[in-house]
Amino acid sequence: MMDIALQVQGLNRNFGALRVTRDVDLTLERGARRALIGPNGAGKTTLVNLITGALKPSSGKVLLNGADITATSQADRARRGLARTFQINQLFRGLSVLENVGMAISERDGYANNLWRAVGSKRVILDEAIDYLDSLRLTDDALKLVRELPYGRQRLVEIAIALAQKPRVLLLDEPAAGVPSSESHLILDVVASLDPDIAVLIIEHDMDVVFRFAKQITVLVQGAVFTEGTPAEIQANEQVRAVYLGQRHAGGGHG
Amino acid sequence: MGSTAVSDTASTTSAASTDRKAMRERAADYLLRRHRLVWPELLPWAAAILVYFLFPDRMTFGGQVLIMVLFALSLDLILGYAGIVTLGHAAFFGIGAYTVGLLIARFGWSEPISSIVLAGLIAAAFGLLFGVFLLRYRGLTLLMLTLAIAIMVQETGNLRSDISGGYDGLPGLVISPLFGTFEYDLYGRVNYLYVLGVLAIVFYCVRRVVHSPFGQALTGIRENVRRMHAIGSPVHRRLVTVYAIAAGIAGIAGGLFTQTNAYVTLAVFDFDMSAKVMVMLILGGTGRLYGAFLGATIYMVLEDYFSKMSPTFWQLGIGLLLVLTVLFAPRGFLGLFEKVAGYFRKERR
Repeated sequence: MMDIALQVQGLNRNFGALRVTRDVDLTLERGARRALIGPNGAGKTTLVNLITGALKPSSGKVLLNGADITATSQADRARRGLARTFQINQLFRGLSVLENVGMAISERDGYANNLWRAVGSKRVILDEAIDYLDSLRLTDDALKLVRELPYGRQRLVEIAIALAQKPRVLLLDEPAAGVPSSESHLILDVVASLDPDIAVLIIEHDMDVVFRFAKQITVLVQGAVFTEGTPAEIQANEQVRAVYLGQRHAGGGHG
Repeated sequence: MGSTAVSDTASTTSAASTDRKAMRERAADYLLRRHRLVWPELLPWAAAILVYFLFPDRMTFGGQVLIMVLFALSLDLILGYAGIVTLGHAAFFGIGAYTVGLLIARFGWSEPISSIVLAGLIAAAFGLLFGVFLLRYRGLTLLMLTLAIAIMVQETGNLRSDISGGYDGLPGLVISPLFGTFEYDLYGRVNYLYVLGVLAIVFYCVRRVVHSPFGQALTGIRENVRRMHAIGSPVHRRLVTVYAIAAGIAGIAGGLFTQTNAYVTLAVFDFDMSAKVMVMLILGGTGRLYGAFLGATIYMVLEDYFSKMSPTFWQLGIGLLLVLTVLFAPRGFLGLFEKVAGYFRKERR
């Protein structure tokens, strides 16, 4: 038996009469590489928000490392090792790249409770932050403000922050969204070389990326799990091609 | 062949590692630089001491200006750093003012320093209490709730006018000599130095807090609260903490206000006070500590000047200045100064 890092059981979420998430079951083992795909409006981001606690489910359970975290806050889940990136950048735009990453470290280690010492006086935090920036080749931008960076570099900062949380489970919501394809390979290289111990769930539209990165794929359609399997199985699945892959290859979907 | 290849790699790695070391030093310097004292920071303090010698007969007014600086500083901590909007900050100023007033009038406790320490603690306790409830809300809801709470505190005072003295207040309060030796003189010179001393101590503490990891987290909350939740920051707790600290400082300012004027009335809770302190901060510039210094001084001096010029219409001048500031210097007077200073620095290069 492999360790189960994240487990979602019978998750439902309604917005009024609209059922955006229906009876979703999902399991991430330790070190999992799972892609979540589905047409626009399938409820992929909603599912991520339910897992991280940004939204509360109408029913169902979320378990992290075996503990039921359904009732806990977003911050509590983060402290237990659940990290995410956002589809649209959520960064401290007026702060430097270094501070963006340092903030995550000092919150993780409880250093942010300190009201008296100067930021930067604790070298371990600074060194660790720069290590993450080194690994993502962001060191040269460390002292630039986030808002001065091109969008593709900002996407890397999103990932750097999530890594600085030392997560056990990492949810990547379209990490390369909005990045020109000339730069997106950098981001995808980073995603491909993530620590094999971290369980990763990636939402991605680019099928090449999905098939290259994922060992398992979950297909979400209209809020429910349509099917799941290995990339080969998903590729061979006629129904998936009909609802999703075929549509996209035919040039466009429902939007 | 083999050996040169090895030494090549060795030299490049050592070059890279010195490079990385230099980078780390630069990064540490970048973060610590903001915390270091720079000489322009001495200007307001030097000016405050100069005023003491230049205007010996305006010391009561001078003390009042410094009290408003302290009050505006406490607002800057929550508004400028944590992004908490409030129209009820006078509640804490008033609680501090009444703590000192009631200590003298009802308990005969007139020792000045212990009084303002108590004023700060009691105001902070109320800040904690109100903050736990208030800071679940943001924006317009928060604005209205802070306003409502300040009114409720004021009306509670009105309801128990047997204790508070109502709108007639507690007049003729006599404060004991400072440190048991320095009598409060008629011209308020001792009081001026006393207020300046308290301001300097509180200012030092606030300066440390805003440059601490906690202060950085507050900036994070202002910049992007969704991200703070996502990285596991206890956002509500951080906001309540800073709100209580700011309330305590406002309470100290209020306590000094009572000691300076030797009386206190329920007018300290007026909406006018909450609005005034916000105008001061916006005039000076938010989120930079010294904005409180500049804004409160400009406001108080202009108020004094305009109200002598035209006792009925003096607010017109302040209003006009506020309009111009918001339109043409959105970062306040301090922001304007920084811009000009930055321009000159570029010219010189």
